[in-house]
Amino acid sequence: MTEFGIGAAVKRKEDFRFLTGRGTYTDDINRPGQLYAWIVRSPHASADIRSVDTDAAKNAPGVVAVFTGADLAADGVGGVPCGWQVTDKHGEPMKEPPHPALVADRVRHVGDQIAVVIAESKDQARDAAELVEVDYAELSPATSIADALKDGAPQVWDEAPGNICYDWELGDQAAVEAAFGQAAHVASIDITNNRLIPNAIEPRAAIGDYDPASGDYTLYTTSQNPHVIRLLMGAFVLSIPEHKLRVYAPDVGGGFGSKIYHYAEEAIVTWAAGKLQRPVKWTAERSESFMSDAHGRDHVTHAELALDGDGKFLALRVHTDANMGAYLSTFAPSIPTYLYALLLAGTYTTPQIYCNVRAVFTNTVPVDAYRGAGRPEATYLLERLVDVAARVTGIDRVEIRRRNFIPKDAFPYQTPVVVQYDSGDYQATLDTALRHAEWDGFEFRRQEAAERGKLRGIGISTYLEACGIAPSAVVGSVGARAGLYESANVRVHPTGSVTVFTGSHSHGQGHETTFSQLVADQLGVPLESVEIVHGDTAKVPFGMGTYGSRSLAVGGTALIKAMDKIIAKGKKIAAHLMEASEADIEFKDGAFTVSGTDKSTTLAEVALTAYVPHNYPIEELEPGLEEQAFYDPTNFTFPGGCHVCEVEVDPDTGVVEVVNFTAVDDVGRVINPMIVEGQVHGGVAQGIGQALLESCAYDQESGQLLTGSYMDYTMPRADNVPSFHVSHEMTLCTHNPLGVKGVGEVGAIGSPPAVINAVVHALEPLGVTDIAMPATPQRVWQAIQAAQTQAAAE
Amino acid sequence: MTITVNMTVNGKDVSAEVEPRTLLVQLLRENLGLTGTHVGCDTSQCGACVVHVDGESVKSCTLLAAQCDGGQVTTIEGLADGDTLHPMQEAFREHHGLQCGFCTPGMVMSAIDLVNRNGAPSETEIREWLEGNICRCTGYHNIVKAIDAGAKSMGG
Ligand code: FES
Ligand code: FES
Repeated sequence: MTEFGIGAAVKRKEDFRFLTGRGTYTDDINRPGQLYAWIVRSPHASADIRSVDTDAAKNAPGVVAVFTGADLAADGVGGVPCGWQVTDKHGEPMKEPPHPALVADRVRHVGDQIAVVIAESKDQARDAAELVEVDYAELSPATSIADALKDGAPQVWDEAPGNICYDWELGDQAAVEAAFGQAAHVASIDITNNRLIPNAIEPRAAIGDYDPASGDYTLYTTSQNPHVIRLLMGAFVLSIPEHKLRVYAPDVGGGFGSKIYHYAEEAIVTWAAGKLQRPVKWTAERSESFMSDAHGRDHVTHAELALDGDGKFLALRVHTDANMGAYLSTFAPSIPTYLYALLLAGTYTTPQIYCNVRAVFTNTVPVDAYRGAGRPEATYLLERLVDVAARVTGIDRVEIRRRNFIPKDAFPYQTPVVVQYDSGDYQATLDTALRHAEWDGFEFRRQEAAERGKLRGIGISTYLEACGIAPSAVVGSVGARAGLYESANVRVHPTGSVTVFTGSHSHGQGHETTFSQLVADQLGVPLESVEIVHGDTAKVPFGMGTYGSRSLAVGGTALIKAMDKIIAKGKKIAAHLMEASEADIEFKDGAFTVSGTDKSTTLAEVALTAYVPHNYPIEELEPGLEEQAFYDPTNFTFPGGCHVCEVEVDPDTGVVEVVNFTAVDDVGRVINPMIVEGQVHGGVAQGIGQALLESCAYDQESGQLLTGSYMDYTMPRADNVPSFHVSHEMTLCTHNPLGVKGVGEVGAIGSPPAVINAVVHALEPLGVTDIAMPATPQRVWQAIQAAQTQAAAE
Repeated sequence: MTITVNMTVNGKDVSAEVEPRTLLVQLLRENLGLTGTHVGCDTSQCGACVVHVDGESVKSCTLLAAQCDGGQVTTIEGLADGDTLHPMQEAFREHHGLQCGFCTPGMVMSAIDLVNRNGAPSETEIREWLEGNICRCTGYHNIVKAIDAGAKSMGG
């Protein structure tokens, strides 16, 4: 390991600009002559639009234009497309209703877009928006999964009877039924995965710009994947060919999934910029983010686990209803299917699994991927259910996990749910976590807490996730409308400095540092001589962006492959320069040497030769030193690990305090441990947020969003979480050259069940066996009261 | 109708014609181009907008520019001395107290005010002080470490 190479905790290159206020986020950008857009949004969850009167708004001070759905339709603007088509269990395609950028006939959730007011200032646009008069005929909404599935429920879409988008299944149902017939024990659970609002601290923003001289459009936007936005918006919504459309996502203030999707506002400002021939800027206020950013999770599940007399898992049977919201967001259909059911084996050898998922339309904001996306839902379900199984069988929670772990010598391991794991050592991560968490000393700590009047509990989660999604051919066969490779372009300049153009996008992950470390490691170039360029379709050849913890496993691999090509070409040039055979050239630490001699030349000299090819093998080699690689992975990667949470519950108030949190994650090879630990910290805080604090609530009757601001939606604050004990165990991914697996989501995936298992453990002596997320003081207190009432009655 | 406001921002005298309803953060970002101060919410909760007015941390989304007339304002852009970071900025860099960077200016400005009031804050005091600053990326772990270290180097 070198000081700046793989494995070094290098300080981040991007920090200086962020710490001095010199980052450039989308809202920091202003274009000459810029106008401001304000979106008129529906105050109703479901209503027919009888008429929209924009006259008064059009005449308001500073207003340049007001557009409605009719204006977009007249210009042939298409709907916002969905990027994944799920086929249901009868072979029928999912119901895929239209998603117009501005709706003209019926609003389907609070916050649905109806019109855009464009004015000289943001205040003028906002003021004039008040004057847009929409005549609504209110309808009763279906605001939850349960409401939407009731007989006679309001229909969100006529083309989706019963509000079902698809009814999908995976696995051998007959084999599962047979295994249940043989079971000595059955553990079952009803579980809700609470709906969350991602809340990246930078609100979404977009600026459309049009150059009448060239006919070129530019969209500045808060995106995790600008090329995907260019493809979706250019091809499906605005019919702008790629070569006339630049999408630039500059510094982005967090994404967590919510900035993957193509949103209507991006298309609206781009189209309006062309129409008005002036730049148009839109920046969401936080209350708009709450009602227009895609939400996450929102599953209702019944699951059963069949076990034999020794506590070995025989079969798992899962039925899940998943909320899609009112429209299908870009990747929504894939989340409760391919990113969920495929994970249901977890770290266990369960031989038979059957999963049935119904996706349900409701009059709520669309639901899509949020940090973890499908995998936290699968993990929460499994890890809660395994604790229930431990209780039902009387086997210790740790022991039942050990008995069912996939052994470390069983890899590659084919699960019954399609995926094949490449590597892992679940006993090792468990052992390390138990040691770090001082699991064995728990009873002593429990006693000590009891003396202070506190109920102390400890919980565990031995999770597995799949990321680095995935071979394009595989995802294509199950409905993805995109490929999931990544690209990298490496330009070695004539004096030996390096620019990398990567299709991955960094919005907090620190790629400018990590990717530079890869270059320093492979090419022997100092860190400060490497520039990482990302986020701009005008500079980066192509890219699928950053989500699903894929940047290093897929984007990093593309970078390695491009550097391999640089080294291969460099060897040819070096062989020529040193009059040696190419086969004898070795490359290490930035120097080409002839093996067995002291002849040597540097990458910089080779680069200079490539650009000034006076003494150069010009018949065989083109000048220049720049290479590109696209990498399409051959499998998912499978990080896993063990999280241990210790809590104290105040029985008088129901307040849960997380007093210890230990995470031991196997994310494959670690390039920068400082960054990796930071990713785990952030993910765990979000997981604790889901488990104890956060929940999106809609009023059942009216469909109003009750948690529409930071006053009502409880974000984790510094005093809600402890300092974390984070470390890693390493088994290498076997199918990418770095052996990396991905770390972005493990924290949010592994932690919620550890927290809830700890809370239930704390309350178990009172007879509480389950508690729903978020385990708020009110819920915990009620559970305690109910248990005590029951105990008194018995 | 517009009004004229005068103040000192990062040591420079500035004067601007603004609408009476203009917030301090708007003045900073839109009139003065100081975009290091961010806006993360509309309910005065997130703290991305924290600056110092007359040496104390305030949420610039919650003050009218007019209320700061005649005041001394320091923003994140006013902390470093050329390429030399303020000790609190340096501590955030050293301890990886930032990821996406969006909450960071507010965190740093808030942290400096804490240390000005309490030179050796405990972990609990740091966490409680940060009640008004939300970070979605870091889980606070490294922010708390950074503030602890920053407090030590500010004292030294
Ligand atoms: S912008 Fe959120 S508190 Fe000021
Ligand atoms: S670093 Fe992203 S919100 Fe704090």
